Amino acid sequence: MARILPYLLGGISVGGQYALIAIGYTMVYGILRLINFAHGDIFTAAGFFMVYAAASLPIYVSVAVVILLTIFMGVLVERVAYKPLRSAPRMSVMISAIGMSYLLQNVMWYITGGLAKRYPIIPWISNSVTILGYTTKRVTIITPFLTLILVVALVILIQKTKIGMAMRAASRDFETAQLMGIKIDNVISFTFVVGSALAAVGSLLYFSNYATVTPVVGAMPGLKAFVAAVFGGIGSIPGAVLGGFIIGISETLTKGAGLTTFSDAVTFALLIIILVVKPTGLFGEKPTQKV
Amino acid sequence: MKKLLTVMIVLAMTLSLVGCGKSSNTSSKTLSIGVFEPASGDNGAGGKQETLGMQYANSVTPTVAINGETYNVVLKIVDNQSATDKAPTAAQQLVSDNVSVVLGSYGSGVSMAAAPIFEQAKIPAIGASCTNPAVTQNRPYYFRVCFIDPFQGSVMASFVKDQFNAKKAYVLNMLGEDYGSGLATYFANAFKKEGGNVKAESFPEGTSDFSAYIQNAISYGADVIFAPSATTYASLIISQAASAGCKIPITAGDTWESSVILDAQKGTNLKVYVSTFFDENDKSGVAATFVSGFKAWLNADSQHKTDNGGNDIVAAVSALGYDAYMTAIEAIKIANSTTGENIKNAMPKVSFDGVTGHISFPNGGDAAKSDAFIKQADNGVFKFVKRQSGAS
Amino acid sequence: MKRNRIPQFFIIVGAFLLLLAVVLMLDNVPGVPVMLLIVLRKGAIYALVAVSMNILNGFTGLFSLGQAGFMLLGAYTYAILTVPVENQALVYQRYPNGGIGFSVTESLGRVLGQPGLLLGVIICLILAGIVAGVFAYLIGLPVLRLKSDYLAIATLGFAEIIRAVVQYEKLGPITNGSNLLSNFTNFSNFHLGSLKLDTVMPFVFAGVCIWVITLIINSTYGRAFKAIRDDEVAAEAMGINLANHKRMSFIISSFFAGISGAMLAMYQASVQATIFKAAMTYEILLIVVLGGIGSISGSIIAAFLFVGSSEWWLRFLDNTTVLPNFNAKLLFAIIFAAIVVGIVFLVVYRQNKAQKSRPEAVGRGRKILSLKLSGVITLVVGTLLLLGDLRFLISPDLQVPLLRSGFRMVVFSIIVMIVVLFFSRGLMGDRELPDLFRTGHKRL
Repeated sequence: MARILPYLLGGISVGGQYALIAIGYTMVYGILRLINFAHGDIFTAAGFFMVYAAASLPIYVSVAVVILLTIFMGVLVERVAYKPLRSAPRMSVMISAIGMSYLLQNVMWYITGGLAKRYPIIPWISNSVTILGYTTKRVTIITPFLTLILVVALVILIQKTKIGMAMRAASRDFETAQLMGIKIDNVISFTFVVGSALAAVGSLLYFSNYATVTPVVGAMPGLKAFVAAVFGGIGSIPGAVLGGFIIGISETLTKGAGLTTFSDAVTFALLIIILVVKPTGLFGEKPTQKV
Repeated sequence: MKKLLTVMIVLAMTLSLVGCGKSSNTSSKTLSIGVFEPASGDNGAGGKQETLGMQYANSVTPTVAINGETYNVVLKIVDNQSATDKAPTAAQQLVSDNVSVVLGSYGSGVSMAAAPIFEQAKIPAIGASCTNPAVTQNRPYYFRVCFIDPFQGSVMASFVKDQFNAKKAYVLNMLGEDYGSGLATYFANAFKKEGGNVKAESFPEGTSDFSAYIQNAISYGADVIFAPSATTYASLIISQAASAGCKIPITAGDTWESSVILDAQKGTNLKVYVSTFFDENDKSGVAATFVSGFKAWLNADSQHKTDNGGNDIVAAVSALGYDAYMTAIEAIKIANSTTGENIKNAMPKVSFDGVTGHISFPNGGDAAKSDAFIKQADNGVFKFVKRQSGAS
Repeated sequence: MKRNRIPQFFIIVGAFLLLLAVVLMLDNVPGVPVMLLIVLRKGAIYALVAVSMNILNGFTGLFSLGQAGFMLLGAYTYAILTVPVENQALVYQRYPNGGIGFSVTESLGRVLGQPGLLLGVIICLILAGIVAGVFAYLIGLPVLRLKSDYLAIATLGFAEIIRAVVQYEKLGPITNGSNLLSNFTNFSNFHLGSLKLDTVMPFVFAGVCIWVITLIINSTYGRAFKAIRDDEVAAEAMGINLANHKRMSFIISSFFAGISGAMLAMYQASVQATIFKAAMTYEILLIVVLGGIGSISGSIIAAFLFVGSSEWWLRFLDNTTVLPNFNAKLLFAIIFAAIVVGIVFLVVYRQNKAQKSRPEAVGRGRKILSLKLSGVITLVVGTLLLLGDLRFLISPDLQVPLLRSGFRMVVFSIIVMIVVLFFSRGLMGDRELPDLFRTGHKRL
């Protein structure tokens, strides 16, 4: 057990970060049936915002500024790239998402000159702590708890508030929700607000742990987070969180087992397995297919 | 709407013609030297520092005399983006710019990818810091002023045995990267030959989480970690090793000789050692002049200082870049021509004292270098540890 | 109908041969810009990939993101089979006894000379395609029954897994692990007498493959694919075996993707697994969309446009340009301002007209300007650009702002986004080039 513990801790930490990003994917997919490929790049952009903000503002102000900027960026992406194509076939919107991701990466590459930037150190959460004989950064321990708190808050939001009900209605049946008088634009914007805010928090935790930011750093975590969302059942928030932790832990355990070459591949293998065995994911519901 | 698209495309093409027409018209003769370096991507930081060395050399020696006429030497700089699929196009750009010699690249993979293009165009290329042996093997047009990885690997293996009495080494490199996997293999082979044990692992591109790998090293009981990789990953490895409280000394090859590593190591208690080509504190004539001149040049221009990492610490690759440029100038003088073919034939006759040691090419494309410098990254500076020599 | 097809066939073949002659001339006449040849070669290869992806996405409606993985398999197969024996020790340095010990092209070349070399290359290309096809069959078994989005992610996942496996150390003696494979037979090994064939060869190969694909699309199989794309349930009701046809489409598409991967290896003269990332698949997808999903000629044209723009025409945006004097700066500023005003005016004017003539807007009173969000954004961006232009004019420096490394890709991505958002049917929609010349005949 003691041998596995450090790997488990690492896995839970990175899993929590995947979970926060995965929630963004799953919420957007639930309502718009769209894989938001640009979500990983919004996560990266949040990292860059922090690098530039912390250079001129005090650290805690920067945190707030970063979350606001990320939310703004997420909503902007939605307005520019997804809204005009809302009535277009699914492939067009997905291509628009890919194009947007491409654009964001190139813009970040251009602005930063392609070099890696060092993430500023957020005091307290970056300090080292020793737990059960294993030393790590405090952020590793905080991440899972913070994730759970945020998820619980989100679930309460969805179950108990009016906007939450609107979101559930829209993900159940888009057209009927509109007919019932729900302002669908506001609901969608709100979804992106929440998704981007969670991505910003996820980036704070992720980059405090792995302090180098490059324009493509978000691509793989974004993809893995989407795999986590699918694994847990797309459209289901608890599913996304559970998927995130499972993916994170399996990835770290694979590295620990010495099969380091396959640490990325194992995530995709899990995806294939779940798609073949239970395509709707762990917590997903089977949609009825009308002939 | 289709017309709009056509109009936009036509405008873009017109603008490009306008752009072409703006090139300046000099009355004196010019000779172009191509600089084939990464300015972005994983190796961007090192590539920029190497380019700085070449630019400084150009400012020190901006002209060369051929057949009694003075030629202005112009540097044509392209960015190969540290990617082996973007490298051929960047190389072709240099070929179509009619350069006489190419300098570079930082990064053996891109050098190998571009080599056939330079060869076909009969343009000699002088690598500054690409250490993988395959760069010059079977390539009569590729040369380099640095030592090669089999040498570097064995130097580091001897060093860790002497310094730490190491019996077990944990070797880590990036998957899909020639330089790192090559150097790792040479180190492992040399270390095993000296009686040590090696555990070798590789991480996929884009990895940010090294905690598992560091754990593997700790549980293996390694006496030393050898992790040749790009600087992007280096800072992650160092800071995560520090957070994990890992006490194992970390070593690497020449890519780690950079201010990125100094920043990462500062404030931690980690022992970080690198092998490199040059020592800033070398007081011998040519080197000392270079160091003081280069520092002054860096501090005079803020853009140069930023490209160097925000300080004026002299990176070994800058010294190599300087030497590469000077080698090219020597070869041009001996060949007395601007044609690539003639310059390539003149290369074996080149022999002078460069900043990083004596430069000559007795055997194909590799410079005869027999010394490596070991330095320790300690609280913001590189401290000279020892000079290690060995048979190539 | 039949009577019309035969002359059309000859016209197309004739046009293609003419094109080959032109390319051959370009290859061998001095003074031709090297970048043009690069764009032609890479364009031909990407045209083939795009068409192969179009079979799957455009004609069968299966959204797959695994193209890069099949290209990788094809490239490695080709390279492994063609490294000359005496170079194998050098290339496989890290793995003693690496390499397969023989080289198809070398053996045939020794026996038959140049034609033997060519035969060897063709055999290896086909083998590359077959290997990709076999993997497509295996992958297709679990994956093809998934819905479109899941199919996309599953194929993307498989491409990543393939990439990881190929780089695996234990497979090093064959695949050379993390290291570059090079020194194998490529386009520059061929010459006709003293004529270089570097650019003609990819054209010939790509042309033949695309011709075969066109034959397939125009056959009953192609019609079955289109039926599946249009309405799966109806197609099944009409007796088309969904699983078989989907699998066939997948295998055919991957076969040609494998061949194009091998051609890419020949073009680059080196192969390394790291370049066959998801990013490459996205680029091909963008080409397909730009050209028009469901149009072969659209994919071909878009491939050349894409490669040309990203590699050549927009390169000037990456260079820091210093204008020689103030007059040049004034000229530049005026031209730039004129272009911006022109485009903004066009967009705003047309949108205003369209909005005003909407049924619910007529009679609502005279607003000066009525625009959608995109029109407002265009106005704002245009004004900012003009202000920036003015500021540049006033400032003392002669260096054009914004132009530095990386700007080219930014502009390029913006153009791509504009096409995706406003011209979502792409260049050709789902029509083919001959359709543009046809009047009256309906396309099936």
